Amino acid sequence: MTKPKVAFYWCASCGGCEEAVVDLAEDVLAVVDAVDIAFWPVALDFKVSDVEALADGELAASFVNGAIRTSEQREMAELLRRKSAVVVAFGACAWLGGIPGLANLSSRESILEFVYRGSPSTSDGDGVRPQEETDVPEGRLRLPHFDETVRTLDQVVDVDYYLPGCPPPVDLIRSAVTALVEGRLPEKGSVLAPDVALCAECPRAQTKPTDLKVTQFRRPHEVIADPETCLLAQGLVCLGPATRSGCGAPCTAANMPCTGCMGPTSRVIDYGAKALSAIASLVAPSDEEAVGEAVDRLVDPVGTFYRYSLPASLLHRRVERDAAGSRGGGQGWARRS
Amino acid sequence: MSETDRPFEPRIVAFFCTWCTYTAADLAGISRMQYAPNVRAIRLMCSGRVDPQFVLAAFRDGADGVLIGGCHPGDCHYQEGNVNALRRFELLRRMLRDFGIEEGRVRLEWISAAEGDKVQRVCNEMTERVRALGPLRLEPGPRRRVGVGVVPVGAAEAAAGPAAGEASEPVGVLETEGREAR
Repeated sequence: MTKPKVAFYWCASCGGCEEAVVDLAEDVLAVVDAVDIAFWPVALDFKVSDVEALADGELAASFVNGAIRTSEQREMAELLRRKSAVVVAFGACAWLGGIPGLANLSSRESILEFVYRGSPSTSDGDGVRPQEETDVPEGRLRLPHFDETVRTLDQVVDVDYYLPGCPPPVDLIRSAVTALVEGRLPEKGSVLAPDVALCAECPRAQTKPTDLKVTQFRRPHEVIADPETCLLAQGLVCLGPATRSGCGAPCTAANMPCTGCMGPTSRVIDYGAKALSAIASLVAPSDEEAVGEAVDRLVDPVGTFYRYSLPASLLHRRVERDAAGSRGGGQGWARRS
Repeated sequence: MSETDRPFEPRIVAFFCTWCTYTAADLAGISRMQYAPNVRAIRLMCSGRVDPQFVLAAFRDGADGVLIGGCHPGDCHYQEGNVNALRRFELLRRMLRDFGIEEGRVRLEWISAAEGDKVQRVCNEMTERVRALGPLRLEPGPRRRVGVGVVPVGAAEAAAGPAAGEASEPVGVLETEGREAR
């Protein structure tokens, strides 16, 4: 019997998801036993041409992590989609946009301007920016196009399953791979994780007051948190009530509030709006001025509530208005190939 | 652009609580008070029912402004639903600012059932304010939802589930497909 072929690929991501695969430790041997890894640029020396040589649908599954920002990432996502029976969005970036998705708070132009001219570590130089095509004596060099906007994987190609987390917890990876090998995958579109909020598995859940109210929000550096009491009850902005469980609550166990990398449960459309709602409802004061003062302590609400999900949100990105008064992030959507 | 052919008319979505503000809007109507027809009122049981997702979905689907109306503090039919609305609104307002959405596009007002004239005034003010700001014109949105589905691995025996691409809709999921900019 031939083993099913699988591929791992990364797009706009940090490499942590690749690390998570390695974190399977000796279980990775069981994976290698059960499947044939046909493509994994981080670990194995296969080329894109090896993937191109496969028949359409020949890969049993592709695990793609990272958001989509460049033409190269888009092309690879499309290639792997064509060659795969199942595409799994692996991790918060592929599912929801993740940390790279926060770039949707800036325009493409302002990013390029800062990186190639404005940043303190850039010498003024000649103001040259990378070009998509450059002619040199040896021939023509090409770089990928840098898109106007960051997209999730499923905004670019059809995605079958989602593995949440930053990175996905090893247990969830293991059960997803096992389910794949044994051919008992759930309904298409499923998020391969439990569908209840993190509080359900938080070790501090017993100390969460039934009528929880917060008089003053605190940031992690402003307080030495009690290691056993509910972090929200201590005024820390813990997004556990709005976040999917399945991670085993390692952050709250380590005295750090949940930042929401496991994304929303299935009843939620827009993670950030729900997280905002959950936190705002805890504000203790009830008159306008005091409520305003309380929420003013929450610096950077977009970065707090959409830390991992801005490209997947209803608004998708910051609204930019150019000098002429017209709006929109440019041709981001029109440029789909 | 064809939209420049005719003057901009703001589209304002208003979430009114049934006990106070919606009743006040009814009062304005039966009192024959005239006000801007740009406001589309949606009746909810309580301003506390206004999920921030509703506000974002309204903007996503073409609203230029969103108005929330509830009972005066202390008058809530459900004790403090309106106070919860206030708490969420104050934070949402700040977050929308960081999204580049001008403050004048969202407004929370307490309007009692007797204040038909306040409905008239607030709707007119809001319309003029949003008219001055111009169309919101969001970039056309993502084509897919945040992610459907529920089933933890192993719990799914649904071999006879819907065909690929026709995943059944979980309860309560709004379509978020972006509408083309007008």
